Amino acid sequence: MSAAPEDASVHRALGLSDEEYQQIHNLLGRHPNHLELAMYSVMWSEHCSYKSSKVHLKRLPTEAPWVLVGPGENAGVIDVGDGIAVAIRIESHNHPSAIEPYQGAATGVGGILRDIFTMGARPIAVMDPLRFGPLDDPRSRWIAEGVISGVSGYGNSVGVPTVGGEIVFDETYKGNPLVNVLAMGVLPSERLVLGQASGTGNLAILLGAATGRDGIGGVSVLASAGFDENSEDTDKRPSVQVGDPFEEKRLLEACLELLEEGLVSGIQDLGGAGITCATSETASRGGAGMDVDVSAIHSREEGMEPFELMTSESQERMLAIVEPQHLERVLQISAQWEITASVIGRVTGNGQLRVLDGFEGEVLAELPASTLHDDAPEYNRPMSPPGDLAARRLSDASQGPVNCVEDLLALVCDPSWVYSQYDHQLFLNTVVGPGNDGTLLRLRHPSTGEETGRGLALSTDGNHRWCYVDPRQGTQMVVAEAVMNIACVGADPLAVVNCLNFGNPEHPEVMWQLSEAVDGMSEACIAFNAPVVGGNVSLYNETNSVDIAPTPVIGVLGMHPNLTEPPPGIGLPADSLLLVLGQEPGSDVSMGGSRWAWEVGGCKDGVLPEFNLHEAVRTASFVADSVQKQKLKAVHDIGEGGLAVALAEMAISSGIGAKLNNCDNHISMFNESGGRVLVAVENGDLDDFLETAVAKGVAAKVIGQTGGLSLEFGPTVEISLDDLIAASQNELPEALGQGTVSA
Amino acid sequence: MTRRVGVIRFPGTNCEFDTVDAVRVLGGEAEILWHGDSSLKNVEAIVIPGGFAHGDYLRCGAIARFSPVMEAVASFAREGGPVLGICNGFQVLTEAGLLPGALQKNVGMKFLCSMQQVEFVSTQNVLGKGSAAGDRLQIPINHFEGNYVCSPEILSRLETQEQIVLRYTDNPNGSMKDIAGVCNESGNVVGMMPHPERATSALMGSSDGAALLKSFLST
Repeated sequence: MSAAPEDASVHRALGLSDEEYQQIHNLLGRHPNHLELAMYSVMWSEHCSYKSSKVHLKRLPTEAPWVLVGPGENAGVIDVGDGIAVAIRIESHNHPSAIEPYQGAATGVGGILRDIFTMGARPIAVMDPLRFGPLDDPRSRWIAEGVISGVSGYGNSVGVPTVGGEIVFDETYKGNPLVNVLAMGVLPSERLVLGQASGTGNLAILLGAATGRDGIGGVSVLASAGFDENSEDTDKRPSVQVGDPFEEKRLLEACLELLEEGLVSGIQDLGGAGITCATSETASRGGAGMDVDVSAIHSREEGMEPFELMTSESQERMLAIVEPQHLERVLQISAQWEITASVIGRVTGNGQLRVLDGFEGEVLAELPASTLHDDAPEYNRPMSPPGDLAARRLSDASQGPVNCVEDLLALVCDPSWVYSQYDHQLFLNTVVGPGNDGTLLRLRHPSTGEETGRGLALSTDGNHRWCYVDPRQGTQMVVAEAVMNIACVGADPLAVVNCLNFGNPEHPEVMWQLSEAVDGMSEACIAFNAPVVGGNVSLYNETNSVDIAPTPVIGVLGMHPNLTEPPPGIGLPADSLLLVLGQEPGSDVSMGGSRWAWEVGGCKDGVLPEFNLHEAVRTASFVADSVQKQKLKAVHDIGEGGLAVALAEMAISSGIGAKLNNCDNHISMFNESGGRVLVAVENGDLDDFLETAVAKGVAAKVIGQTGGLSLEFGPTVEISLDDLIAASQNELPEALGQGTVSA
Repeated sequence: MTRRVGVIRFPGTNCEFDTVDAVRVLGGEAEILWHGDSSLKNVEAIVIPGGFAHGDYLRCGAIARFSPVMEAVASFAREGGPVLGICNGFQVLTEAGLLPGALQKNVGMKFLCSMQQVEFVSTQNVLGKGSAAGDRLQIPINHFEGNYVCSPEILSRLETQEQIVLRYTDNPNGSMKDIAGVCNESGNVVGMMPHPERATSALMGSSDGAALLKSFLST
């Protein structure tokens, strides 16, 4: 094949640099034609190739005896015993959601579910950590309302419960919301299928929705560039895909039947970069090649160009690799589920990905399949800490106007307005649902439905304030918080997935943040013995060249070994003792990175409180053990907003108050020293409990007792439960519930 | 009490496995019936479970009523066979004309998934055996279109003929007369928006739904 060189403006418009074009030229030994260039541009995009982050991600711990599949496949897979494996993955859909909130979020859910059933697993849970601009900004409210509706509209209909997540509002996300989605599925261990094509002559069958002009260049033009006010971001709307949950539901059921009957030898979902990605990935993983007939692709409209068909990101499509003798049965199952199936490819032995107009027709593109992946550029981009870091660290974040009662009322927010829009109970597994620390699901065998007597726990956590002040320690603390959350429902960690939401990688301080965060995550995962089994990197989260605060989001999967009773929950019981477990901060503890400092004191600088990772490991393990042995009356992780917010949430949950001895100052109430948990214990159990804590090397201190209809932090600060409940429950419905202004 | 229950599966149904599980836990037998088949395979009771039959496109239940299996369900119901529609199943039964009234969007214009308290109004139906009017139950709801509506004439008939099965004690969706479930005149066909199968174990927060399903399995 030969092609005339195109104008340099062409590859630049597709998001490829001049150096990258030259590299393609070298790989092919000639100029690429337009179709080939389009294929490289999507596969070598930041979104698909991880070209800026790969060099750092290699430092994460990824191995443990229970890890069946680590990073690099469609989802990580963990062996959880009793012949059951769990598939888990997290992804971002930040950029599409900024432009078209409902469809951006909906297709985010759809995309990650396909990653799970691609592995042969039935998706049984979704978690949605969401971050938006402040509630007083109309456009941010419009985005938040649309995203929540999109998760609800798609997730409920496709039939996968949304069992937890987070919702955060902050100035940093004003132009660039973060919409991350985690999905988990279960499969019989023996059914594990990988996304690879092998066996010359095997067929590649495209299943599901027709290919349209939606989402062309979504990964390159949209997801791998920032936003700015001057360009019309609405122009990017055609790059956002449109979701159809009913198509996805039928596709899911059809694919699970194909896998159950053993009819496919490899299967791959179509997400970013569409057919180009699915065909080249399956071929290169299987060490094979593939002929793809573009004329066989069922399309939504007439006259689509080959490059459009090859790069479209139309949703609800899968590519199955099938031996020819199974074709008829595959077509039968597809017909039963009203799914369109087209044979679009044939596996070849030569390692070449060829795009043809008819299997015997004209060759439109020909390139070594593996070059789209293995030869993607890898950058070790320049990095350096922000120039003003040393000065920033000198700030005292404890200063500001203090009114402990009003500050607490401003910091409590009940998220139930959000999660009551999500089906969080489907499949009858939800023991602890959204609105608590961790989520806890019954673990049953996916084929027989047999109870294992055990539970799976999930939590997703991020904290941009901690990570802005100190990305390395901040990320350690985020991992610790996620693990602490599942400990509160009685689970020990098994694995971690992560979604790294950062700004523009061409800014050296962003690359420094990313590198530091990876190191912090690595250190924490090693300490908790929780390998990283998958992740996603979302860069270019910036508006008008201002990067978002670094926001690594951690998803942790854990196991409750003996689930016979529900965990105690967060609700305060009457007449019990309140204790804090974990290192007690001194009265001069730093307020740097705390929600109080950012939202009340107005200071985003300073340093984080000292944090001892190994103490946090011991505390988490002790909490999980105490919950499993039913020693606690209530338990709640202390996170953003500190002790006061944690205690308020516990009191609001049960309508029972508490009286503390000596905490009536803003530092004791709102500092965010990490690795701490609030627990309630019956008076008579105290001595035993303290003895066990000491034996396990865990600090434990009685701070007060429960009861009454107010929270008393000491002689000078008392807040009635009625006021707390009103402040907490009204915020989201008042801001978002009355319909919102379209921006 | 080993009634064989057929659980109908449309494309888009999603509570079929949960319903089968709940029936089995309560000692019944259950099998899934495909919407495209016109045979009920000699089952002794029918559940149309929750979900989004045919994606709920056009209008909830509006396409499902044309599935071949629905003719068989209608004959089965006319002959007095017990039929329970849960959530989307309730919507399908109203569209199929097997139950009076309709379900429109919740007054808050939002999907709602939450635990609700409901109260038995009439027990003269396949769910009421072993219960008394006024009995209160904790059962979750999970719907966007659960706001029950009917004409004044139908409403007064429902009241005089004891066809209101369950009412919410704290109306979440704007339903007329707080209606959560209704039955036909003979009481063998019941539709309800709350999900009794989701309230069959203390681990999940309530086992109050078991009373309704046990009654359904034993009548």
